[in-house]
Amino acid sequence: MKYILMMQFPLSDWKTKRIELWPPQDLKAHMEFLQRFNKELADAGEFVRTEGLGGPEQMKVVRAGKDGTPAVTDGPFAETKEVLAGYWIVDVGTPQRAYEIAARASAAPGPGGTPLNMPIEVRPVMMSSSGDDV
Amino acid sequence: VTSDIRHPATESLLRKLVPQALGAVVRRFGDFSAAEDAVQEALLAAITQWPKEGVPDNPRAWLIQVARRRMTDHLRGELVRRRREAASMQQISPDEQVAPAADSADAADQDDTLILLFMCCHPALTSPSAIALTLRAAGGLTTAEIANAFLVPEATMAQRISRAKQRIKDSGVPFQIPTDHERAERLACVLHVLYLIFNEGYASSIGPDLQRSDLSNEAIRLTRSVHDLLPENPEVAGLLALMLLTDARRPARTGPDGGLIPLEEQDRTLWDRGAISEGVALISSTLSKGSVGPYQLQAAIAAVHDEAARAADTDWTQIMTLYGLLKRMSDNPMVALNCAVAAAMVYGPRAGLELLQELDGDQRLAGHYRLAAVRAHLHERAGDYQAAMTHYLAAAVRTTSVPERNYLSAQAARLAAKHK
Repeated sequence: MKYILMMQFPLSDWKTKRIELWPPQDLKAHMEFLQRFNKELADAGEFVRTEGLGGPEQMKVVRAGKDGTPAVTDGPFAETKEVLAGYWIVDVGTPQRAYEIAARASAAPGPGGTPLNMPIEVRPVMMSSSGDDV
Repeated sequence: VTSDIRHPATESLLRKLVPQALGAVVRRFGDFSAAEDAVQEALLAAITQWPKEGVPDNPRAWLIQVARRRMTDHLRGELVRRRREAASMQQISPDEQVAPAADSADAADQDDTLILLFMCCHPALTSPSAIALTLRAAGGLTTAEIANAFLVPEATMAQRISRAKQRIKDSGVPFQIPTDHERAERLACVLHVLYLIFNEGYASSIGPDLQRSDLSNEAIRLTRSVHDLLPENPEVAGLLALMLLTDARRPARTGPDGGLIPLEEQDRTLWDRGAISEGVALISSTLSKGSVGPYQLQAAIAAVHDEAARAADTDWTQIMTLYGLLKRMSDNPMVALNCAVAAAMVYGPRAGLELLQELDGDQRLAGHYRLAAVRAHLHERAGDYQAAMTHYLAAAVRTTSVPERNYLSAQAARLAAKHK
């Protein structure tokens, strides 16, 4: 079963705590953690895909205009509380295993090496199979 | 005997022989990865030599002999390498390292496919690992094919397979035929993995994912080879019959739009009659021998469905009885759910709904779409369309299957349109 693990960064913290503002050694520690973590997932045969996403500064919100042309506005919606910072897709035997992996991702080291404790949203990836048992 | 390697008969011969050769080499030498390399080399030798020299009289013995020679060469090379690295007196003597002669008598040869399956379906492995290893080693699928079937990157699948091998190695369980008392338990593991492979293929053989039906075919082929080796084992026969009787309905499961068609609405003229008669004959002769197990019961249920010319002709009393027996044998809430469905067909939807209430407390089913879907169906049959709609929608948001979600949403929409 595949799960997507979505890193939700609190928008209120973005201005002061976003990754570009971390001291270099903390950033380095964080990146090394991610490398290790991704390798572990790959070695376990559970890795499907991971991506980090550009920040809210680069975010556009698009709606189809009346004639179907894109109507583009800057940034997240006003009511947005968290932005998606990145995601993993993993293929695991049980949902519990997906939660374990999410917990590890959540504990990624942040500024000063303190675990970020970022909320990780875990959701199953829909299958195109029937879900039937025999 | 044909000498054309691309001839389908030769290809299917090699497909059958490769796991046997691998089983034989692994049993002798213990090292799974090296044995796999040796068999690959033997296979390559067969592909290059057989077209020129003709298929040998005993192609199986030929493959095993070539693979064992390669394996012996490999071990000698390893020994030399290790000697060079640690020129120590504690080395084991070469005589102990080098394998017995390739032509030594081999009473258990027929069991080599089984040994390989016993090993691939090792109890130390998780289901995804056991499935991947079985398809690779016993099924002869390439890593890319398996990765494609499970929609993961090839590197991930390669890693899953190599980890599975390492895990088996670490477990220290010798590669030999399990003792009699282990055997039943290990065989149960093998049958479970084959069942999962079949199910993986069958469940996804709708819509755009038709290529995965290969998995069902592979599961049937492997189960058939186990049945050939253990013709007297009733559960092996039961599993093979279950697969045949289920797979027979495949052509009728999908509509022209790729959508799911439930059993009661399928065009039964599309069912594979050949597979049905083979499955029915197999399960009938097996059941008459006594010693009934869960696979046989499931096969018997599938047979009752397959033998009904129309959905309305289904012998639900018999199905209910069979599910009742199955329920006593396995503590599986899905079985209890199906039993309630059968009871509703015999005693009416209200009786079914009452039985479902007993399942509400079961944690394993809590929030499962199937419970909501069955409840919706029974409410509809009882004429309570509002409740049916609610439960169809509840089921639709809980499933992780797109075709299932589309089917359930369509049911809710149909009721909404009809009973405005």
